[in-house]
Amino acid sequence: MSAPSLFAAARGVFMRDVTVALRRSTDILTPLVFFTIVVTLFPLGVGPGPNLLRTMAPGVIWVAALLATMLSLGRLFSNDYADGTLEQLALAPHPLSILVLSKILAHWVLTGLPLVIISPLLALQLNFEDQHMWILVMSLLLGTPVLSLVGSIGAALTLGLRGGGVLVSLLVLPLYTPALIFGAGAVSARDLTEVHLSLLAAVLVLATIFAPWAAAAGLRISLD
Amino acid sequence: MYKYASPKNFYALAGQLIPWLAGLTVLLLAVGLYLGLFVAPPDYQQGESYRIMFIHVPSAWMSLFVYVVMAAAGAAGLAWHTKIAEVLASACAPVGASFTLITLVTGSLWGKPMWGTWWAWDARLTSELILLFLYIGFMALQASIDEPRRAARAAAVLALVGVVNIPIIHFSVEWWNTLHQPASVSKVGTPSIHPSMLVPLLLMALGFKLYFFTVVLMRMRYQILEREKYSHWVAEVLAAEK
Repeated sequence: MSAPSLFAAARGVFMRDVTVALRRSTDILTPLVFFTIVVTLFPLGVGPGPNLLRTMAPGVIWVAALLATMLSLGRLFSNDYADGTLEQLALAPHPLSILVLSKILAHWVLTGLPLVIISPLLALQLNFEDQHMWILVMSLLLGTPVLSLVGSIGAALTLGLRGGGVLVSLLVLPLYTPALIFGAGAVSARDLTEVHLSLLAAVLVLATIFAPWAAAAGLRISLD
Repeated sequence: MYKYASPKNFYALAGQLIPWLAGLTVLLLAVGLYLGLFVAPPDYQQGESYRIMFIHVPSAWMSLFVYVVMAAAGAAGLAWHTKIAEVLASACAPVGASFTLITLVTGSLWGKPMWGTWWAWDARLTSELILLFLYIGFMALQASIDEPRRAARAAAVLALVGVVNIPIIHFSVEWWNTLHQPASVSKVGTPSIHPSMLVPLLLMALGFKLYFFTVVLMRMRYQILEREKYSHWVAEVLAAEK
């Protein structure tokens, strides 16, 4: 049997991850519910003043998205690591980084994209004006893939370690600062929206190129 | 040269270097502190309180320098599997983290009389704080992996990711800062520095650097002993110590 082409292999990994996740849909819902709860807690903490909430909305939604993504990083590799799938992927004749990229893409479709979709609803809850809604959605659309990409490095490095969950946040959260700044900044700095979005897109391009590579290196170390 | 890549020879060489480096460090720090604290004139704007600069600025320089050394050593360890490079990277982390902490603490002490606040979300302060988080992440990752080789390699990947990110983080924080803080922190203007202040500053910087080399070599020696504890030569060294 000849090996499938690189594209077929990458697509296979992607489809498999999505199918497995859809069969256990609570995995998809948990980060979403977490996201909603965190955003709901903020008004309870800082008070219901509409003006305060409006100015805080982009930051709150971004930080909540950051935390929700981070919490879901565990399932990016851990199940495949536990049942040996990951070792098979590492042995495949294709570059591991490409296969990792399709896993990351699947992770984003299952975690990041739903967050983006429900974010306008939560923004409304925080009295966020609707004519700027598209900027928020746009920034999250560009930013959440960065969170999945950068997060994959942390997930790969902490694979199979005790206390992996807390550790991954320690490794990954400082690396999330540029995405947070450009993402939330795009919404709050009205005259510089385009600049922020372009920079965020640049970060996304950089992360797409380098993160799968670093994550693959991390996985090889963890599988050693 | 290659001879010193072996842990045994490196252990011996480091043992010979440490007293010299330590002596020079003490000398430089003593002269630098004396010139800085007693000889240099008080600043015409900041009075005496600027003297904390002689600690603050060199440790800020070191905090970045050590990270770069750590990442470079990590990369060398990944590429050539040299034990010495791995040991160097892991020995750097706590030293670099303490320089970063010293920078933050002295900066905060300096900020109180100058800016009127302990902490300002100034770009440099913020990126220094994130640098501290990066160091802590590095150490935490290394500490949670028992097998030393795997720990060193995983931490090296993290350090390399960090080194790519530091400029991006710094740039983004600076950008964010200029948007959020229109001149609320009026930094005291930095007039061109007078030699009477520059000389002690450079001496202190050099002293800090030598201190770093001294301490890193000491840490490396202990780590080498720990890693090689089942080998013959370590048994001989330990027997000789007794």
